[in-house]
Amino acid sequence: MELLKTLTLLIITAPLLGAAAAGLFCRHVSRTFAHRLTITLMGISFILSVYVAYLVINNNWTYDGVLYLWGQSGNLTLNVGFLIDRLTACMLVTVTFVSFLVHIYSIGYMQEDGGYQRFFAYISLFTFFMLMLITGNNFLQLFFGWEGVGLASYLLIGFWFDRESANQGSLKAFLVNRVGDFGFVVGIAGVLNYFGSLDYATVFAAVPHVAALAPNLPGTHWSAITAIGFFLFVGAMAKSAQMPLHVWLPESMEGPTPISALIHAATMVTAGVFMVARLSPLYQYTPSMQSFILIIGATGALFTGLIAIVQNDIKRVVAYSTLSQLGYMMAAAGVSAYAASIFHLMTHAAFKALLFLGAGSVIIAMHHDQDLRHMGGLRKHMPITYITFLIGTLALCAIPPFSGFYSKDSIIDAVHYSQISGASYAYGCVVLGSFVTAFYSFRALFLAFHGEERMDDHTKHHLKESPWVVWLPLVLLAIPSVFQGYFMIEPMLFSSNPVLGNSITVLPQNNVLALMAEEFHGSFQMIIRDLTSLPLCFALLGALSAWYAYMKRPGLPALCVQRFKLLYFILIHKYGFDDFNDLVFVRGGQRTAKLMYKGDSTIIDGFFVNGTGRVIEWFSSTSRRMQTGYIYHYAFVMVLGLIVLLGWLMF
Amino acid sequence: MFTDVPLLSLIIWVPIIGGIICMFAGDDRKATRARCIALLTAFINLLLCVPLYLGFDKSTSNMQFIENIDWIAKFGVHYQLGVDGISVLMVILSTITTFLVVIASWRPIKKNVAQYMAAFLIMQGMMVGVFESLDAILFYVFWEGMLIPMYLCIGMWGGARRTYASIKFFLYTFLGSALMLIAILYLRTKTTDFNILSFYSVQLTMTEQVYIFIAFLLAFAVKIPMWPVHTWLPDAHTEAPAGGSVVLAALMLKMGIYGILRFSMPITPDASQHLAGLMIVLSLIAIVYIAVVAVGQTDMKRLIAYSSVAHMGFTTLACFVIYKIVAKTGDLHDAYLTLEGGMVQMLSHAFSTGAMFLGVGVLYERLHSREINAFGGVAHKMPLFAALFMLFALANVGLPGTSGFVGEFLIILGSFKASYVITLFAATTLVLSATYTLWMYKRVFFGKVMTQGVEDMHDLEMPEYTVLFILAFLVIFIGVYPNALLSVFHTSIGHLLELSTTSKL
Repeated sequence: MELLKTLTLLIITAPLLGAAAAGLFCRHVSRTFAHRLTITLMGISFILSVYVAYLVINNNWTYDGVLYLWGQSGNLTLNVGFLIDRLTACMLVTVTFVSFLVHIYSIGYMQEDGGYQRFFAYISLFTFFMLMLITGNNFLQLFFGWEGVGLASYLLIGFWFDRESANQGSLKAFLVNRVGDFGFVVGIAGVLNYFGSLDYATVFAAVPHVAALAPNLPGTHWSAITAIGFFLFVGAMAKSAQMPLHVWLPESMEGPTPISALIHAATMVTAGVFMVARLSPLYQYTPSMQSFILIIGATGALFTGLIAIVQNDIKRVVAYSTLSQLGYMMAAAGVSAYAASIFHLMTHAAFKALLFLGAGSVIIAMHHDQDLRHMGGLRKHMPITYITFLIGTLALCAIPPFSGFYSKDSIIDAVHYSQISGASYAYGCVVLGSFVTAFYSFRALFLAFHGEERMDDHTKHHLKESPWVVWLPLVLLAIPSVFQGYFMIEPMLFSSNPVLGNSITVLPQNNVLALMAEEFHGSFQMIIRDLTSLPLCFALLGALSAWYAYMKRPGLPALCVQRFKLLYFILIHKYGFDDFNDLVFVRGGQRTAKLMYKGDSTIIDGFFVNGTGRVIEWFSSTSRRMQTGYIYHYAFVMVLGLIVLLGWLMF
Repeated sequence: MFTDVPLLSLIIWVPIIGGIICMFAGDDRKATRARCIALLTAFINLLLCVPLYLGFDKSTSNMQFIENIDWIAKFGVHYQLGVDGISVLMVILSTITTFLVVIASWRPIKKNVAQYMAAFLIMQGMMVGVFESLDAILFYVFWEGMLIPMYLCIGMWGGARRTYASIKFFLYTFLGSALMLIAILYLRTKTTDFNILSFYSVQLTMTEQVYIFIAFLLAFAVKIPMWPVHTWLPDAHTEAPAGGSVVLAALMLKMGIYGILRFSMPITPDASQHLAGLMIVLSLIAIVYIAVVAVGQTDMKRLIAYSSVAHMGFTTLACFVIYKIVAKTGDLHDAYLTLEGGMVQMLSHAFSTGAMFLGVGVLYERLHSREINAFGGVAHKMPLFAALFMLFALANVGLPGTSGFVGEFLIILGSFKASYVITLFAATTLVLSATYTLWMYKRVFFGKVMTQGVEDMHDLEMPEYTVLFILAFLVIFIGVYPNALLSVFHTSIGHLLELSTTSKL
């Protein structure tokens, strides 16, 4: 088992080393050296991750141990350590695979950028934090990784720091995530208070006992475990962009496209999903939180998807689609189908990274114009990008036999089978969501790759397929997008020895996957069975509607906007979250700060402090005037005093 | 092997004597000579800390390296020095800080260099004296004595409103500590000498304790500074030269907390317990309200000063929340977490805030402005500085992996045992500190270069980046391996906790 520790250490330090070398000496190393070094180290990290996954899943190894003592205080020991189990192994492979490909892709995408070395340093640094997040064996390390990826995301969104929009976006991302982290820290404090430790193993072992005692938060009627679950989930809501803390993700698109693929689609934003799965032993004991997670997730799945329909920026369409898919993952975690949730996380990592990188390839060809209204007909000029983008779209829309079909349909089924409160509402959302998903995905596909070419002449003459460093990752991501679902659904969800095994905990009464297993007779049969199912019909209908509206009758969308003005208004304003936040938190906050400063400087400092000073000044200047220096004044006062004194003594 | 050497005295008097020599180094034509003397003195002092640290026994809470000479025998005043796990780190911190300040002031200070360096060296000796004194009168002498060099430092090398700021600073802090002397004298009537440790065993009624507590508190609260007696700090910081701000933030404020740990809690445990609720509320006001005030600042130094008050709120919270924790759980072990977090917070705040003030100094040196709006796009012109400043900003924000995280995290974690409401309020710092720090960073460093002034800025020079690199190392080291600190004061904190929670009634 020490081997696992050594391997993990290597996997984690490789990207850190790359980041340090490329970042600290960014002005002293050449561009080629920067990308060669970081990519080689990422490659090593990926290969070792695969090996670790093999050891963990095939040989059934786990490692839970301490790396070094971080701090000791009272009875509490805080360690830095690793927990390498099946869940971690799955995440390791996913993260390092996507990160490796994104590193390669960035050679092409960033080639004209002045901050080339810095960029590679940042994405390697991000990978390091992400790996710390998933390999930790305690809440402290989870939080370290959690905030670390937030930092990397902040730095990368604001990568082009001379653009005001990028700076706004990065600050917003960091602050919204900090709101989540506020909850997260309170949750961790609660964990420590009620379970006496921050190590997963100790905490998870204690959960059933504490749950049996059913403590309430002192002075309230709130169950302590639910409160802890809630506060931790607030962190997940920010990181995994769940409503209403999703507002930062669309603006994160101000960053370079490779990082949108890596951070804001495939890895970091799924950290919240990972956390809920990792803490499944905790969430299993709080039914109200399960329903809460389900409802938040399902609501996001439908309503953020709707926004994608009215977006014209190709990256924003994909971003809202990510929000929607994260909602699906959360919904699955809510109904205790953690395996389905992680499964969708993995397939989504591949096909969504593919879509983002594909969009990036289009953006390169379009000379960094991201507006869908200026595109069209690109499939003739960029065949590889087109085909891979199509594969990604099909996977996203859950069309069989692509990977998304297996993972997303499993989620919809799981919600369908679930009996917890809110499940029927959630089912409605996720099923309608498949129509919406197919509609906006095919809308983007048609607008970008089909139809007439709407770009200006200069761009049109220069349209060409992207270089191999760009299309190779697309092809490599397309492979899992096609096959991953078909081959992995059985081992992930329905085998007697599932891939995730005992790294997640599901109580028998919540085990929806067991119910679904009875209906499952193999990957191919699943296609046959689901041909007539509601989600697939909705998906096909969505694709067809998109074709009708954008290919057959291109005037229709404008007509719909005219007809459904209110709906369009709501969607284009994204349900008003941004306006609300801007009004209340940004401007309201600034005004409050100014007001409080005024209070501080005029009341406390001005009135009390300097007021005291002025009173003393007044007193002394008054008393100074009494020191006139004339003897007869003093004599007069002395005589007066003598008379008063005598009078007082006599009477 | 160092047992015969009066190490603690050396650490006090070497800088003071070095300072006096420095003062006579000559006028500004011989500035380099003064600088070299100052650097040499600071360096020797730093070297003296090596045997101090190596010879320090972490396993005992007793005072170590004790020196005891009769001073004014008639009144029982002794020249008595000693360090425990709490003070030894403060001594080392003072030495490191002064060393860095001397390097950082190498170029910016061009006027009366010898006197400037002398002021800092003498201040350094006095501050170390505060942390090492075991005699209350000696403590008081050093405590008040160090006001003079700081007063001169702000008044002579400060900004435009330096006269106002320096007088305000002096009166505020001086008046605050007047009552402390009375409390010390009162305690003397109950014992035979002024030994602080013998004060611990003095039996006091609740009324006596409350009065003594308040007398001490006024002195310490002004220094820390606690809300609402914090208003001298923004002015003092804003007007002080960069080095002065660093010493203020890194060391002077810590003297207040040190006083609470050394005097208030162990001497008046019942009064502390009695007034803990009030103190916690004041701390939370500092954490939340002052942080909001910081958001609205337009002057960088003023912003960092307010942020400093907010961060110091954590240390006072850490001190007094232990009473609530012990009252609730009855287990002393639960209280370690916050108090040790408070200790780490003190030290880490010195590095991150100190570095931020130095950073503003670097900017001021180039553009002669502290206004946030005067800058913009600095990262284009000073990439190395931007990277380093980002690190310190993140430490200020309390990002895990930096020193700023450790203390706040432990305090937030530990205070849940007292009440989850405290945790909720304290944790708002995550959002608020990020708001004011990174918003400032964005406006100063990001964006396009808009003015000619910024266009002409050049990146860090040798003395500047040496200092910032050392601080960067410390910030990351403490963040990644805080046990290096925790293990030093663990035993002493345990002893302190026992003293501070044992009733004297």
